[in-house]
Amino acid sequence: MKRFNWSRFLAILVKEFRQIARDKPSVIMAVGMPVIMLLLFGYAVNTDVDHMPTVVWDQSMSQDSREVISSLRNSTYLDPDFYVRGYDEIRRYLDGSSARVAVIIPPDYGKQVQGSGNTTVQVLVDGSDPTAARAAMSAVQTVGFNTGWEVQADRLAQQGGATPVLPVQVETRVWYNPDMKSLVFNIPALIGLIIQNVIAMLTAFSLVREKERGTLEQLVVTPVRPTELMLGKLVPFVIIAFVSLMLILSVGILWFGVPPKGSLLLLILLSMLFVTTVLAIGLLISTISRTQLQAMQMTILLILPSILLSGFIFPRETMPLFLKGLGGIVPLTYFLVIVRGIFLKGIGLEYLWKETLVLATFSLVLFFLAAKRFRKNLD
Amino acid sequence: MEKTELAIDCRGLVKRFGNYTAVEGVTFQLPTGAIMGFVGPNGAGKTTTIRLLCGVLMPTEGHATVLGFDVKTQPEEIKQHIGYMSQKFSLYEDLTVRENIDFYAGIYNLTGTFAAERKQQVIERIGLNERLPQLVQSLSGGWKQRVALACALLHEPKLLVLDEPTAGVDPVSRRVFWQIIHKLAQEGMTILVSTHYMDEADTCDYLGFVFYGRLIAFGTPAEMKAKENKANLDDLFIYYVEREAVDDPRNKGNR
Ligand SMILES: Nc1ncnc2c1ncn2[C@@H]1O[C@H](COP(=O)(O)OP(=O)(O)OP(=O)(O)O)[C@@H](O)[C@H]1O
Ligand SMILES: [Mg+2]
Repeated sequence: MKRFNWSRFLAILVKEFRQIARDKPSVIMAVGMPVIMLLLFGYAVNTDVDHMPTVVWDQSMSQDSREVISSLRNSTYLDPDFYVRGYDEIRRYLDGSSARVAVIIPPDYGKQVQGSGNTTVQVLVDGSDPTAARAAMSAVQTVGFNTGWEVQADRLAQQGGATPVLPVQVETRVWYNPDMKSLVFNIPALIGLIIQNVIAMLTAFSLVREKERGTLEQLVVTPVRPTELMLGKLVPFVIIAFVSLMLILSVGILWFGVPPKGSLLLLILLSMLFVTTVLAIGLLISTISRTQLQAMQMTILLILPSILLSGFIFPRETMPLFLKGLGGIVPLTYFLVIVRGIFLKGIGLEYLWKETLVLATFSLVLFFLAAKRFRKNLD
Repeated sequence: MEKTELAIDCRGLVKRFGNYTAVEGVTFQLPTGAIMGFVGPNGAGKTTTIRLLCGVLMPTEGHATVLGFDVKTQPEEIKQHIGYMSQKFSLYEDLTVRENIDFYAGIYNLTGTFAAERKQQVIERIGLNERLPQLVQSLSGGWKQRVALACALLHEPKLLVLDEPTAGVDPVSRRVFWQIIHKLAQEGMTILVSTHYMDEADTCDYLGFVFYGRLIAFGTPAEMKAKENKANLDDLFIYYVEREAVDDPRNKGNR
């Protein structure tokens, strides 16, 4: 009586497949949406800061001032495209956001450089967006330091000395994402986020729809067991999610050119583990909510914190302990470590076993919670 | 011995939702093989009583056994042995008639050739042969109810519980439906059916009058009419409603 029954489970499974096959919009949403979302967001969440519009007030109009300006352009961080005279015009450019950076070269710049004096180039930075401002500042600092160093070297050479060498140098080398392209960092995470959102929404709707249409009222009067019902509803979505995952991975790898450094098989396996966790969340939501609208709201409530707390946008290392802890109960957090690890670092289970274990625990606990919450009565 | 001959035995069943009492001390015994009609105005508590007996609502007070199983402790056993049709149509509209029947056959754990035979028997008995490939949403009200009945009969239930099965169904379909019900009863099935149609109620073996959550009268239709000296059930129904409305505490405030 109390045992899991395959005939009942299969009946649910077959019924779900038939309903899904007839529900074209859902299929399109499940398979098409993730790809469209990845294409859109893949371009939108590009956090690389470069080619910032820059306004220049060159009061010197000398060979040397032109050299500084072209060094700035060569850094690729600044595009000194606007030339003005006076602070009023500079203010207009910055106020109107036509430029993010202003470079002011003093009238005696050429004279001082050619002679043996000192001079100062003033740079104004729009600090509204701190990330962009920091990038601009470090770019002009570097250009300024290099220019100063070259001028000094020339002067020493002219005095007949040897070309000086900096006594201490720092040599940097960037691992994993050597070009530091944010796309490479973001695409794997986006794949996780999008799969989570679409699949959670679809599953959340599946049981609530039965409540809304009244078919659940008939089901609770039959001997069907909650686990049979839940598993029967879960499995078709696992398959849909698999197709959808394959598509979105292909787009990420082929279209955006972000191939995983590690094992593709492991990536797919662990992605499916994550999908199962998300499905269980969706089921849990659908046992709690009474209408599709409620289910939708609850899914959104889940998605928002997962974007902010999982380390998708902000690194978790710098979060206050409380928020970091909150992020710890978001499954996406662990999956992001996994996808980024496999995509960027090419690491395997020897490093990712902890996250894998956490996700597996999450999915089991959530699934049993959902089956438990779904009691077969109408109270 | 006597207990097994009762299909339903309920004593002092009470159901409260918050502080609203939907069912108040319902007591009756229904022998096996009888048809019992449940009548009463809208909101009287018929559906709630039925749900209590099906094991999907927990009674706040009182006891009931259905087919010898306790509604509080053995709801799953009850579900295995009863057929149920809810008041609101509740099959899958986006599946065909056959797919719905297949689904419920699976849900009641019917397999192999036995399942095929049972399905065929029920399909023939209800006359669904021509409708099998049709999507349920394209069926008329009368046909939908017949499909729902078919799904409730697949596992040969000992007790059939029908909540307003003929609401919104045309007279011809209603007659066909009741012919099937009487046939099933002759074969030994116990049937509990709620209805607002007095002509249907008149053909039941027993009647229960539900009013504001209380079962105010129970007996055979003939006994009940004789007791209050009424010529037909319509008159009896109106008599009860008028008598009880005066007594009802909830109406005091309005007077
Ligand atoms: N889950 C619930 N929560 C709160 N109140 C409920 C619930 N279910 C039913 N009720 C209330 O209990 C009362 C009895 O409802 P019930 O559905 O049993 O009446 P009924 O006799 O079947 O009426 P009808 O002829 O309209 O089907 C109604 O007033 C209803 O609003
Ligand atoms: Mg009712």
